Amino acid sequence: MDIVVLIKQVPDTATRIQDRVKDGRVDLDGVTWVTSPYDEYAVEEALRLRELHGGTVTLLTLGPERAHGALKDMLALGADEAQAVWDPAFASLGTHARAEVLAAALRKLPHDLVLAGWKGVDGDEGLVPIYVAAALDYPHLSFVVGVEVEGRTITVRREIEGGKEHMTAELPALLTAQKGLNEVRYATLKGIMRVKSKTIPVWTAADLGIDPAALPAPAVEVTAIERPAERGGGRILDGSPADASRALARILHEEEKVI
Amino acid sequence: MADIWILAEVQQSADSTAVGLRRVTHELVTAARGVAGGNRVCAVLAGHGVAHLAGAIGADTVYVMDDPALAAYSPDGWAKAIAAVAAERKPGIILGASTARGRDLTPRIAAILGAGLASDCIELGTDGTALTALRPMYAGKALARVRVTSQPAMATLRPNSYAPAADAGASTGGPTIEAVPVGDASGRAVVTRVELTASTRPDVSEADIIVSGGRGMGGPEHFAMLEQLADALGAAVGASRAVVDAGWRPHSDQVGQTGKTVSPSLYIACGISGAVQHLAGMKTSKLIIAFNKDAEAPIFSVADYGIVGDVFEIVPAFTEAVRALHAAR
Repeated sequence: MDIVVLIKQVPDTATRIQDRVKDGRVDLDGVTWVTSPYDEYAVEEALRLRELHGGTVTLLTLGPERAHGALKDMLALGADEAQAVWDPAFASLGTHARAEVLAAALRKLPHDLVLAGWKGVDGDEGLVPIYVAAALDYPHLSFVVGVEVEGRTITVRREIEGGKEHMTAELPALLTAQKGLNEVRYATLKGIMRVKSKTIPVWTAADLGIDPAALPAPAVEVTAIERPAERGGGRILDGSPADASRALARILHEEEKVI
Repeated sequence: MADIWILAEVQQSADSTAVGLRRVTHELVTAARGVAGGNRVCAVLAGHGVAHLAGAIGADTVYVMDDPALAAYSPDGWAKAIAAVAAERKPGIILGASTARGRDLTPRIAAILGAGLASDCIELGTDGTALTALRPMYAGKALARVRVTSQPAMATLRPNSYAPAADAGASTGGPTIEAVPVGDASGRAVVTRVELTASTRPDVSEADIIVSGGRGMGGPEHFAMLEQLADALGAAVGASRAVVDAGWRPHSDQVGQTGKTVSPSLYIACGISGAVQHLAGMKTSKLIIAFNKDAEAPIFSVADYGIVGDVFEIVPAFTEAVRALHAAR
């Protein structure tokens, strides 16, 4: 079974983004870039499926040269190949257009299954993987926390409020990973050394036969990015645990009216 | 002018019986009223055995898509059926819930309709010509103001962002209920079974009150005291990443950048120091309470009220105080 995993490079989750909001935008200059954590679960699951069923794991990203770092990190975990897609014309694509570019690249990569994190932890949109599935006319299975493949049938458990849904589909399909799917392995020193000097191949718009001008224009316009209101430090209630607790319960009931 | 549609979310029991409407359905009605101006608010109620819920939604018109073909959920099948109705009736705006179902279904509908979708919004409005929204990015470390320029414009709304609309019975004359024939709803990814947790507590992502525990709780066995507090408040129990990664609590309970981002009315952080990723996930809560032994813990910088001390003393004492308050009512 051949698997392609969609990878997105995002700022490290420890980054204080709120301090980088200036003039209606986020200044990402100098941030540490990492692989979006949900994509790591997708890679791990792909490696486990390869161990069970054979085949290959190929990584695919839409991003500039710095994003090759994310591909190399995931190659070091044991993926077979990596492919980047980039073109200066792809710098400010909307979600539908990004999905079309990724779908065009997927058409050139043989695969039975596409995996992705359920969202990138930067824009937090959670849209592109499902748009990719729609563009390829594949069934999609999202928020997956358990996977089994038997022949051409994939069975998953997906997280829902207060429980799990069991779903099935026939391959080819696309699934998105939720936390809880697996524990991501560590890269081995051998893996890291192996990918260190690796050159990541890049497909441009022309390589994919895409006319950037024909891609859908963004239908969601960002007019401004704001810093969330700082919450001031609040009131510390003194006294014994019992006294402070009674005072707090009274405030929550009488003044704040939340309990 | 064009109608505003909401996609109603139905609460199902383990045997897939529609037992009611999710609270977020009524929150969607409130949000839709806010952007509707003089336009109609119409609800799409899809499933099998759901028609009896139409009157309780609070919309002006309910399109009931009640059909055996929709007995089992399928994202591609349902999206095809609902998009076909939308393509014919041309709503101006389609709003869904930012839930496991809404986040799965609405993008597939948007893909078919070629519509822009602002996901996981916490505020919706219009600027006269387009749907506008406020949506958290980076788990709430930044907020994006967006305009959705497509026709229809789509958005999903995070639960607890709006007060639920008052009961539908109040609207004059009740809603117009229209049975809409379900066309091709054949899906390829299909739900075969639903497994519900036996818990009587609400889910973290939807709860109005959350009692959350961190490493300061010392071990999984001490979460029993948080469960008791949660039950006294009708709350959900959440957890920090450290606790989930240690295997003390299930992944589905994690609040933070790689877990649930939540906006309850009341968030009670017990033994949580407040890593930047955790704060991002809960900072939009309306009221935050922190119990921690370390007065310098970052959690106190976002808390409205705090008690510094031993959580093993404070939590039982606070639970007692809450119970006493309820008993006195």
